[in-house]
Amino acid sequence: MVFFFQLAVTGLALGMIYALVAIGFVIILKCSHTFNIAQGHFVMIGGYLGFSYLVTLGLPIGIVLLLAVTTAVFMGLLIERLAVRPLVGQPDLAVIMMTIALATVLEGLATLIWGAEYKTYHGLLPTLTVKLGQISIPPESLIGLLVSVFCVTLLMLLFRYTKIGLAMRATAEDLQVVQSMGIKATTVYAVSWIIACVVGVIGGILLGGVSGVSIHMAEIGLKAFAVVLLGGVNSIGGAILAGIILGVLENVASGYLDPLLPGGGLANVFPFIIMIIVLIFKPHGLFGLIRIERI
Amino acid sequence: MSRRYGTFREKYSQDIAVIRTGGQWIILLLFIFFLLACPLYCSDRVLTVMTMIGIAVISVQGLNILTGYCGQISMGHVGFMAVGAYVSAILTAKLGWSFWAAMPCAALAAGAAGLVFGLPSLKIKGFYLIMATIAAHFLIIWLILQLRNVTGGADGLAVPKPRIGSFILSSKASYFYLVMVMTGLFTYLAVNLVRSRTGRAFVAVRDNDLAAEVMGINLWSYKLQAFFIGCVYAGVAGSLSVHYYGFASVDQFPFMDSVWYIGMLIVGGMGSIPGAILGAISLKLLDELVTIVGPVLSAAVAAQAAASLALITRGLVIILFLVFEPRGLEHRWGLIKAYFQLWPFSHQESE
Repeated sequence: MVFFFQLAVTGLALGMIYALVAIGFVIILKCSHTFNIAQGHFVMIGGYLGFSYLVTLGLPIGIVLLLAVTTAVFMGLLIERLAVRPLVGQPDLAVIMMTIALATVLEGLATLIWGAEYKTYHGLLPTLTVKLGQISIPPESLIGLLVSVFCVTLLMLLFRYTKIGLAMRATAEDLQVVQSMGIKATTVYAVSWIIACVVGVIGGILLGGVSGVSIHMAEIGLKAFAVVLLGGVNSIGGAILAGIILGVLENVASGYLDPLLPGGGLANVFPFIIMIIVLIFKPHGLFGLIRIERI
Repeated sequence: MSRRYGTFREKYSQDIAVIRTGGQWIILLLFIFFLLACPLYCSDRVLTVMTMIGIAVISVQGLNILTGYCGQISMGHVGFMAVGAYVSAILTAKLGWSFWAAMPCAALAAGAAGLVFGLPSLKIKGFYLIMATIAAHFLIIWLILQLRNVTGGADGLAVPKPRIGSFILSSKASYFYLVMVMTGLFTYLAVNLVRSRTGRAFVAVRDNDLAAEVMGINLWSYKLQAFFIGCVYAGVAGSLSVHYYGFASVDQFPFMDSVWYIGMLIVGGMGSIPGAILGAISLKLLDELVTIVGPVLSAAVAAQAAASLALITRGLVIILFLVFEPRGLEHRWGLIKAYFQLWPFSHQESE
């Protein structure tokens, strides 16, 4: 039983990290109806930025966060202006390919600037291990939980009570109507990409402090899509819940089944198995909006 | 589309001809002549590049039928290539089948895998389908690694070269001929498929699947047909590539290659047979350029420059094409042709 709970708690940590990546994805989707494959790469860039500012430049954590957020804002603005805006009105595939190409370019730039080797930085977060009986709770889960809850609250407030939040929701609904009502859609897009970049970069800095930084950090983005699909693509709450469900399921399943399978590695494909099952039986996820199509 | 002034199609045979004018015949025959004469005046390295381009063309034609014509986006194409490759490898290496019997089986197996993973396409489309096919890729690769007794797992599997009678196609030149014949054959099949009833149904499904269904097109059947045909092409390409290397390993089928195949479609022009060929050729040549420039650059700048150059050029090419020429090289080529036909005065009828 201890084994099960230990697996579940470690899974919770994993799920929180999935959820954090998934939130950035859902924000872009909610505002501009764009599927952003590069979200995992924002996280990776965040990790490398954290490394640069903390270790190479040796700055204190407060300034690091400020600088990183500023960098993320500029990154979001650049991406929106150069890559996303020319594609307004193009088919879905063009936009998705654009974000994939963007991910490739970001990966290439990261390789060029920081090299391919694994990097770590410590001292950012207190290395506390909380023990609950025999089960030790890894610090990732606490940090993931705190950051996720903070981000979600902020974003929900933004979406519900501010003018720009309302404009974002409206833009996701119908671009033409929004433009005819005098809302500047380009501003809305820019803001949504900035938010996604900032969330990704902050997540990356925290994650990098816990588990180190490398190019492979971006792979978490691919797995987070399973989370997004399970939760329903346009529900922030769904993303969090699905992140927890998936993280726990993945960890428990691989903990029990890996010894039975010769090659192991079930954890790597588990999100994809879930993805296929969700897509076949419940394509709109747990909390997704079901759209009725008309000709 | 425009036709030269004075070309009339008076008979049905003229109307359905793929190659219409004498000039086109001459160009085609000259092209085939110089292509088949390549081993006489090309180095082994050039032949290797051309063989790889041929295999990529077959694969991209399959993806073009599935994504360009039927609108079902697949980002697991390399996964289906892996299915074809491994079935072919296992049949020839473990069961001692001949390559000529193993390749059709490989194609059918890849097609069957395509049918299985095409099933979600009946309910979902766009981004969701992309996710399902990405999942398909990772599941296939995982399964290959799991079935270690049959596939060799991570160690890979040695594969014999194909043979005709007692002649083994082990030289670069002989394999070049094999791949070129296959590429020609499958391109011809694709040309004829997309202008048949099935091809028109695919285009209708792509443009608006609800409207197509209302008009009496059986979505269930045609979407699965598209998946089957596209994956059969992938299976053939996978089988050819694995017999070329003489070795099967999952490292030959990385996920990003699927994305790169879609990139070839975008660069060449979606939903166009010449576009798929143009895209495959130009991006494969770009890859070659990067492998030549990469070492120079990494000596000059930094060790990791070569790896990052490959990534950045790939990404940038796709971004630039999406922004400046979303309809691809094929469209641009049509514009250039029209410009010279109309210059200095318009002298053609429009179709």
